Formats: sequence, structure tokens, C-alpha cells
Amino acid sequence: MNLSVKLPGLNLKNPIMPASGCFSFGKEYSQFYDLSKLGAVVIKAATLNERLGNPTPRVAETYSGMLNAIGLQNPGVERIIDQELPYLKNYDVPIVANIAGSSVEEYEQVARAFQRTDGIAAVELNISCPNVKEGGLQFGTNPDVAAEVTRRVKAASNVPVYVKLTPNVTNVVEIAQAVEQAGADGLTMINSLTGMQIDLQNRRPLLANKVGGLTGPAIKPVAIRMVYQVYQAVKIPIIGVGGIMTAEDVLEFLLAGASAVQVGTANFQNPMICPELIEQLPACLAKYGFKSVEEAIGKGHHSE
Amino acid sequence: MRQLIVPVLEIEEIAKATYQLDLEIEKSLLAQIKPGQFIHIRVNQGSEFMLRRPISVADIDLSLNKLTVIFKVFGKGTDVLTHLKTGELIDLLIPLGNGYPIESIEMEHALLVGGGVGVPPLYYLAKSLVEKGIKVTTVIGFQTKDEIFYEKEFATLGEVFVTTDDGSYGTKGYVTDVLQHEELNFDYYFSCGPAPMLKAVKKYLHYFPGYISLEERMGCGIGACYACVVKSADGKDQKKICTDGPVFNATEVMI
Repeated sequence: MNLSVKLPGLNLKNPIMPASGCFSFGKEYSQFYDLSKLGAVVIKAATLNERLGNPTPRVAETYSGMLNAIGLQNPGVERIIDQELPYLKNYDVPIVANIAGSSVEEYEQVARAFQRTDGIAAVELNISCPNVKEGGLQFGTNPDVAAEVTRRVKAASNVPVYVKLTPNVTNVVEIAQAVEQAGADGLTMINSLTGMQIDLQNRRPLLANKVGGLTGPAIKPVAIRMVYQVYQAVKIPIIGVGGIMTAEDVLEFLLAGASAVQVGTANFQNPMICPELIEQLPACLAKYGFKSVEEAIGKGHHSE
Repeated sequence: MRQLIVPVLEIEEIAKATYQLDLEIEKSLLAQIKPGQFIHIRVNQGSEFMLRRPISVADIDLSLNKLTVIFKVFGKGTDVLTHLKTGELIDLLIPLGNGYPIESIEMEHALLVGGGVGVPPLYYLAKSLVEKGIKVTTVIGFQTKDEIFYEKEFATLGEVFVTTDDGSYGTKGYVTDVLQHEELNFDYYFSCGPAPMLKAVKKYLHYFPGYISLEERMGCGIGACYACVVKSADGKDQKKICTDGPVFNATEVMI
């Protein structure tokens, strides 16, 4: 069965890729399987300078999910290019560079830094970061700010730009349309939902950062709803992410309108999840009457 | 490191809310495991528990193809593990992390200091040290008498001191009270336990070279998610507890 999908900058052999932040720079999971099996690899977010991240505890398990507040720990874009990307070049797989920042200028500088490598097929713009200059408000929660950072990163990049949307907004469609107009080549959705867990023994939030991002199957219905709504309002392709555990979950995202998907939290429970989904997807598509991945995209929408 | 599906040989409550789990694993793999390494256990199938549980290796018996871990029930996930039955299969990542570097250390007498669920990895360490002809003295601390385990097992390997916070057994107080009041001869120390205990042990034994094993809430267990980190001693770097540790030279990390 044909699992391939063609997206801006990304010729995917199949629609399965690990989500940013859950897969580091690939080396760890290459102990379990050949990374060339994947549709793409999305690397951990790069910032301009090294970040040491938040204090611990950084993760907490929740019902069918988890909270994390890693705090964008990464060695900085230059070291990522020099020390992490060369290993991934051993594999026949497109690499998506996730970029983050605390100012529009930082995003721009990180995007420009990636221009010096030919190893990147696309950029994924993480706009769920707090904008330090604007009092910590997330870039992704205001359509004008989201559009501005998209425009600037697009101008600073020589590869297609996918904007990863935050679900922590009242109207995700408005943000999606704003970044589409600003030149985004695609969308990734959704990032984590803001959450908290309180430790009963210590009577305080369990995470050192107090709040964290909720991910895993617990958020899948929210992700499906948002992909479905945005699919009807934009023309650019959507990469769906949020709680995928099974081939049926992948198909559900395709029906909602995603052209490809990312798998995050499930990697922690089962390091083989991505190759297993790739293997199981053809039978699942066939079971529900599809002959290819492309045929299923958006088929959950009907004019009534 | 590998992902394995293995059968449970036996599970037994050996102290209050503390369980010993014996697993059947092929000899060739067991022979590679170093004291201080851990396994990452998937709680069950399905999506209820998205994170595995990291548990230190407590003992290995090559003749029986047996790996032993000891864990305490802290929440729903560890409670589910207590209901495992003989013959049931569980999913592991094994072995993970770096163990105590006993192959590269010249010593005559080791001091082992453990607290609560930090005690189990010290047992396989003690056995390995004794096998190499190194003398072992062990100091283990628990909150209360009901929680004590493995005192007899450690006693077959060397001198043992037990403390309880409430004084219901052994020395009343903390492991550091034993370090303070007993004349202990040793040239290296090895410690595992909760962070406040490790901090106190490191402070008290700072004239001696030693290794400590850290615990932290973990995600992937293989170095990909950056959940379990500890600052390097100079504060300039983060070390991953799952892959750079969990055992560190006591001078290497900021605790």
C-alpha cells in the first residue's frame, strides 16, 4: 500500500514522525530501530544559545498522559548543527528542525543559523514559548504576534516553515489563518495543553515549574477537534499530533484533515511505537476502505 | 540496552509496601549487568500508564537465570505491579544507565550507605565487591521497623548497621548518626537513597572518595527526553541521570 505523502519540503515515505522533544536528536532511538524507516525526524527544539532548562521534577504521570516542563534544554543551534545533525545524516530520512526563542529576533537568528547546513528539509516553528519582551505572553496566543514571528522566520529560512500551534487559545482557527497569511507552508498541531498536578504529601505542585504541558492520549480528542476545525479554514497542510498510540489513531487524524502525524509521549511507553505504527497502518487503512494514506486525508469532512 | 518481554518468576512482599520481584532473563544478558544499573518497567498494556517505572537491579543469580528488583508502592502504577503473577509477562528496557565503576577502583574496604528504596542496588554491589575480595560494611536506614529488608542478606557479606527514624529497631536516627558514632574503616563509599540523605552522606564523608546513585522522576529512561537531570558540580552543565548516571562520582554533581 502506498503510505507516501508529499508535503512542502518533505517527501515522506510514510506519514509517521516522532514529535519534537520526545526524540532528542535521534541517536537514542536508533538503538531500537533503523531511523530510515521513519517518515521524518523532528529534532528537539533549538534556541540560539545553550539552555539548561527547568529545575526537577520535570515530568509527572497523569491519567493516560503526562505533564512535562523540561524548559527547552538544548545545547544551542550551533552545537546542534555541528554535533547532532551529522549523526542523523547517516539515515535516509528528512530532518525537521524545531526552533524556539524568547524574542522574535532569537527565532530569526536560529532560523538563519540553520541556513548554513543542507541537512534540514523543513523548519518547525514552536510558537508556544513565552515572549520575554512582551511580559511572557506566548507568541502563539495572539494572531498578530504569531503572524509576525512566522513572517520573520519565513524570510530567514531557505526551507519550508511549519508553524506548531498551541492549543491554549480560545480560537485556534484565527491563529492558523493568521500564520497561513504570514507565509507558513504548513501547520503542526497541537502542542501540549497547560496543566498542573498537586502532590498531596507535600501540598504543592508536583513539577518544580508548577505548570507543565499535558500530552498523551488524554489530549487526543482536543487535537482531533482542532485539526478538524482548522482543516476547514486553511489551505496549507496540517501535521497532526496529540496522543497517538495506534494505527486507528493515525487514521482518525488523517480523517480530521492531517496529512501526516507526529508521535510523542507514546515513545516513552514503547520505544518501538513509530515502526510498529508504520507496519500496522496499511492493514488499518484497508480495513476502513482506503487504498493509500493520501486518499484518507480530510475524509472525515462532509458537506451537509 | 534492549527491550525484552520476560516472565515473572515470583513476587513477594518482603517488608511493609515493599516487594521483591524476580524475573527470568537469559544468562548472557544478566552477565553484562553491573551493580547500580536499572531496568525500566512498563506497568501494563493500554494507555493508562504512559511512563515506565525505573527500578534498580537488586540481585542477579546466573545459575537460575534470575534478576531481582525490589520496589516500594508509591502510587497506582507500582500498585498494579504488585498484582503480577508467576508466569505473567512484563516488558522491560534492560540494562539502563551506568553502574558503580568497581572494576576500575583499587580498594580494600568499601562502605555502603543506603536509605529506603535506595538499599536494593547496594545488595548486588555488596555481593560483587565481596566476590572481588573487597571487605564491605553496610549502613542501611529505614523509617520504621516494618520497612526493614535484607538485613540478614547484607550480614552474610560483612558488618551491618541498621537505623530507623523512629528508633523502633537498631540505631534511632539517620544513617549519618552511624557514620558519626561508629569507627568505620573504609577507603571508598557507595551510597544510594533519597536526595536529602545523599546530601548529608556526601557532606559527612567529603574527605573520602565516593559514588552516589541518584533517583529522579524519569521519562524515557534512555536519554531522549531530558526529564531526569542533575547539575554538574560547577553548575554549568546538566547531566542526564538515566544515561550519564544514575551513579555519579560524588564530586561530579551538585546535590
